[in-house]
Amino acid sequence: MDMILGHYNYWMVIIIMMAGFYTVISRGNLVKKIVGLNIFQVSVFLLYISIGNVKDGATPIIEKGVDLYSNPLPHVLILTAIVVGVATTALGLALVVRIKEAYGTIEEDDIHNQDQSL
Amino acid sequence: MIDNIVDITLLSLIAIHAVAIIRMRSLFAVVMLFSGFSFLSAGLFVVMDAADVAFTEAAVGAGISTVLMLATLALTYTPAEADKEEKAPTHKPWLPLSVVFITGALLIYGTYNLPGFGDPNAPSQLHVAPYYLEKSMPETGVPNVVTAVLASYRGFDTLGEVTVIFTAGIAVLLIIGGRRRVKSKIEKNGGDREA
Repeated sequence: MDMILGHYNYWMVIIIMMAGFYTVISRGNLVKKIVGLNIFQVSVFLLYISIGNVKDGATPIIEKGVDLYSNPLPHVLILTAIVVGVATTALGLALVVRIKEAYGTIEEDDIHNQDQSL
Repeated sequence: MIDNIVDITLLSLIAIHAVAIIRMRSLFAVVMLFSGFSFLSAGLFVVMDAADVAFTEAAVGAGISTVLMLATLALTYTPAEADKEEKAPTHKPWLPLSVVFITGALLIYGTYNLPGFGDPNAPSQLHVAPYYLEKSMPETGVPNVVTAVLASYRGFDTLGEVTVIFTAGIAVLLIIGGRRRVKSKIEKNGGDREA
């Protein structure tokens, strides 16, 4: 029971991560691929925050009378990662819009057909 | 105990959202489900004591990402095909499924040596984290340790982050900013929106 409760977070994070990975490699629609990439990304955030969590710890805002806090360093890392993640998402979506203009479609199969690259 | 129950419930809901996103065909529904997915993960961050991360995820992950994706849908599909669905996959799913299962099994095998969730004696809790928890208040005067590290101890890293966002913004403008010369059927103003 301890093993399950202690590792449940990690296992669910891996399941979510694999769901995102599957979306990226199996779906041909470019917007859906980017959604999959974002799911993958959020699962990594969840993993980091899970590692930083301390049982019965408080949110790391210093206050009198509280002496057990969660680890603030993963929070700092992930705060940066979320913002950078949105920047990359915006860039990816801009590329999707550009591809739509050039090819008239955002389905990977149709793009390969037009390029005769497969 | 109550923490554990909320944690398990939210994580399961997030996983259900992720699976639903795989199965959904309608792109609009996919984007909306992704927004819900982000909000649920923001809730989970609150349960796991990461208030700052939760704020950012709710505002940036669930808000701005969704708006950007909806804008992309608006720019790539004409109003007539607004409830456009993605094409059914032409390949059999066995190759990606097996890749995903093998990777997932290896990762789960790897978690067996990780310290348990919430273990106060895990190595990550004993390294430099106590230093910041003890010293950040007297050294910077900011009660929120995350803000103190982000803006004071690691201020230059945050400056670098701003540079990354600036670069991405410029790149977005370069990619779709000068596209008015391209003939188009619908009125498009994506360049302004991305900026």
